[in-house]
Amino acid sequence: MEILIYGTINSVALALYALGFALVYGISRLPNFAHGALYVLSGFITWSALNTLKLNYLLSIILAMVVTALIGAVIYRLFLIRVRGMEISEIIASYAIGLAILEGLRWGGFKGMTYTLPPFIEGSASIAGISVDYQRISVIGIGAALVAVLWLFTHHTRIGLALRGMAQDERAALMLGIDSDVMAVVAMAVGSMLAALAAILLLPLGNIVVESGYNVLILAIAVCIVGGLGSWIGAVLAAFLIGFAQILTVVYLGAHFQMVVALLAIILTLILKPSGLFGRQKELEERV
Amino acid sequence: MSSEKQQQRRERIDRGIKVRTGGIYALMSWRELVYLISPRLLLIAGLLLLPLVMPGMYWKRVISIVCIYALLALAFDFLAHFVGLVSLGGAFFVGVGGYLSALLNTKMGLSPLVCVPGAALMGGVICTLMLMPCLPLRGVYFAIVTLMYPLFLARVIEALDILGGTDGIMGIDSFPNPWLEQYFVISVVLVFLFVLRRLVNTDLGLVLRAVKDNDQAVKASAMNITHYKAMAVFIASSIGCLAGACLVHIYMWAGISTFALDFSVLPIAATVIGGSGTLVGPLIGCLILVPVSELLRDFGTLRIVFYSLILLAFIVFRSEGLMIYGQRKYHQLERWKAI
Repeated sequence: MEILIYGTINSVALALYALGFALVYGISRLPNFAHGALYVLSGFITWSALNTLKLNYLLSIILAMVVTALIGAVIYRLFLIRVRGMEISEIIASYAIGLAILEGLRWGGFKGMTYTLPPFIEGSASIAGISVDYQRISVIGIGAALVAVLWLFTHHTRIGLALRGMAQDERAALMLGIDSDVMAVVAMAVGSMLAALAAILLLPLGNIVVESGYNVLILAIAVCIVGGLGSWIGAVLAAFLIGFAQILTVVYLGAHFQMVVALLAIILTLILKPSGLFGRQKELEERV
Repeated sequence: MSSEKQQQRRERIDRGIKVRTGGIYALMSWRELVYLISPRLLLIAGLLLLPLVMPGMYWKRVISIVCIYALLALAFDFLAHFVGLVSLGGAFFVGVGGYLSALLNTKMGLSPLVCVPGAALMGGVICTLMLMPCLPLRGVYFAIVTLMYPLFLARVIEALDILGGTDGIMGIDSFPNPWLEQYFVISVVLVFLFVLRRLVNTDLGLVLRAVKDNDQAVKASAMNITHYKAMAVFIASSIGCLAGACLVHIYMWAGISTFALDFSVLPIAATVIGGSGTLVGPLIGCLILVPVSELLRDFGTLRIVFYSLILLAFIVFRSEGLMIYGQRKYHQLERWKAI
């Protein structure tokens, strides 16, 4: 039972990490290696708004999400748009941006264990004899709501439909009057906002540390690769697969193996079935 | 109409001397010979003189580190721009080579001068075998899988507590004397630089470049591309393992940090800055980047910010790199021409 509950929570957390990455890759084919950095950055923005500007918690959350979305859009508009389509340059450029943000934060003094966000609701409930705090329960609730909202957004709004159109066939979308550059900026902004949302939901469970930026990136990549790059449903299912695998290894082998599972998942998936479990790309494109 | 500003375009023409040095006739005049040889001689002599002019042990050590990064950058450039396999796993080669050399040295008591080439060869074989299943992958997928290998191995060593665990392997012999260390790494860099430049122009190099440009065509010519890719990976990973082995003997310690991301990122940055696809460019890039990053050591992590920003600026705004720019200025003249 414990495994079931904590596995679910861990899986939802992984899905939250990965959604932004999957969205950006799915729409503009940009492997956003600055994803982890944006995640940590938004955590520190919330912290600063809360403790330095003395804002209300809800207000600082909204502020952090908006600012992170803007930062994502600016990064895309200024730098990444110039290397669009050159995959390797995209990886290197976005990784350099992420590195600059993370190490800049570290240099700016944001290190150590002193930075924590308060949970939304204090206290804990008992489910089948196991106590789970409300924050973790709210993670599951909000995570599920988020997936639903995203589905509605991409299927029933004009921008969402335009984004999906671009993801499916960019040339056809261009012919129908969808500006692919603007849409890519929007996608990056939404992706960054999702990273911010994940940070705000998950950071109250621990400390805000710069190092977690790298782990978040690896986990996001693991989930997206296993689920198939560009497939959101796949990402959610893969999050559950990896999430439960991680919890099981932690219970039966030890906490050290948690990251090993994620990395092994990436390597094995790429070797055995590079399009992932639910990838819609043709196998031929990535395998010779 | 006449008041309208005359429009101009820039025209680039090969210098006469470049054309004359293209063939065997270059041997007939001193001027042409000097034109051909001087850049190469400058590089070789400059590198060989570097340890003599450097003050103090600290900067001598920096030279060795430059050479180690240069070897990695060379391997990256060769794989990425002549075979089309973008490997973000410089740290993987360094780690495998480093640990192998450390084991050969501490467990079997071999001298560093035997360990280093041994580790390079064995490491090349091991890395090739481990990367073999990923060879059919290309583009971003190969890049991601190579990026994950060093992280994976580091976590495995940490989790299983093998090979010294988080403490690493200590008590590794250093090179017999610092001069030998300096000249060993420098000569290795020079040898591999010129060997690779030759190699990419041989028939094998031609096939490798064809694999990069159009693998289906190579396949259609009844050649096994995985075989050629494996060969290229063996060459590159041997060079990388050699670098790792040298590093371990310089620091006299092998640990998880040999799998650190620095060894993957800095060589790529150097290649981008120096000029990708030139093989000399990565060396020039390392000669610039590594000392700059040493000078910035006082600023702590700010130096990582600094070099990632340089990398970003180069890859986004000046993607040709210094070496290609330099070659253009050396070989061609530019003039404005009315249209």
